[in-house]
Amino acid sequence: MERVPIVKIGQTLFVSIQIDLEDDSVVRLQEDLADELTATGARGVIIDITAVEIVDSFIGRMLTMIGSISRLFDAETVIVGMRPAVAITLTELGLSLRGVRTALNAEKGLRLLNGTA
Amino acid sequence: MDELPIQSGDDVVRVRQQVRIVAADCGLSLVDQTKLVTAASELARNTLVHGGGGRARVEVVKSGNGRSGVKIGFTDSGAGIPDLDLALTDGWSSGNGLGLGLSGARRLVDEFELASEPGAGTSVVVIKWSR
Repeated sequence: MERVPIVKIGQTLFVSIQIDLEDDSVVRLQEDLADELTATGARGVIIDITAVEIVDSFIGRMLTMIGSISRLFDAETVIVGMRPAVAITLTELGLSLRGVRTALNAEKGLRLLNGTA
Repeated sequence: MDELPIQSGDDVVRVRQQVRIVAADCGLSLVDQTKLVTAASELARNTLVHGGGGRARVEVVKSGNGRSGVKIGFTDSGAGIPDLDLALTDGWSSGNGLGLGLSGARRLVDEFELASEPGAGTSVVVIKWSR
């Protein structure tokens, strides 16, 4: 199982998913993020899914859960860089990613977190 | 035609990759490729988690009017599904998922055939046609 790295810059944790996600990797990311949030006191999480070719119901549910977990640590999560084909497929699948915010790219996501969007 | 084992999370990823390659070769649009790969991911996970593992068969097929499509068959010899209609209902889940796997996968493909008997395993065959 490959792990997804988490990078802290300022008050924000950045996650850029560059691997073909298997279920265990997403569960691991959720745990790692919760650990990082408590260790660093970061106020925001940006998950860049530019390189992610599909989001199925499991991955979608995990992204939503990461949003809920972050909120318990007083942090906001923004998903950025979703591909158009992924957005269309997710909607048809019936997933709305309710509870997580989205932005077109990492820069806009960061502005959203900093309240300057 | 490729037959792939589904015994681990790694295998689910390999099925997705193989479906992507065949769908692109077959001339499916990027959106249709994404829909088919997503459906394959849902069904391969079902095969692994609910069916206790099985296999996927990916092949290119031709329709009567000459269109080509990608056909994927998933089979397992797990416990089977007691109530097929219920299993295909949005939001119904046998585990702790969202209950969108099977019903969602059906929406993402053009043809969907589900056969299952309690104790005799489950088979799902899906086709996505090129446009």
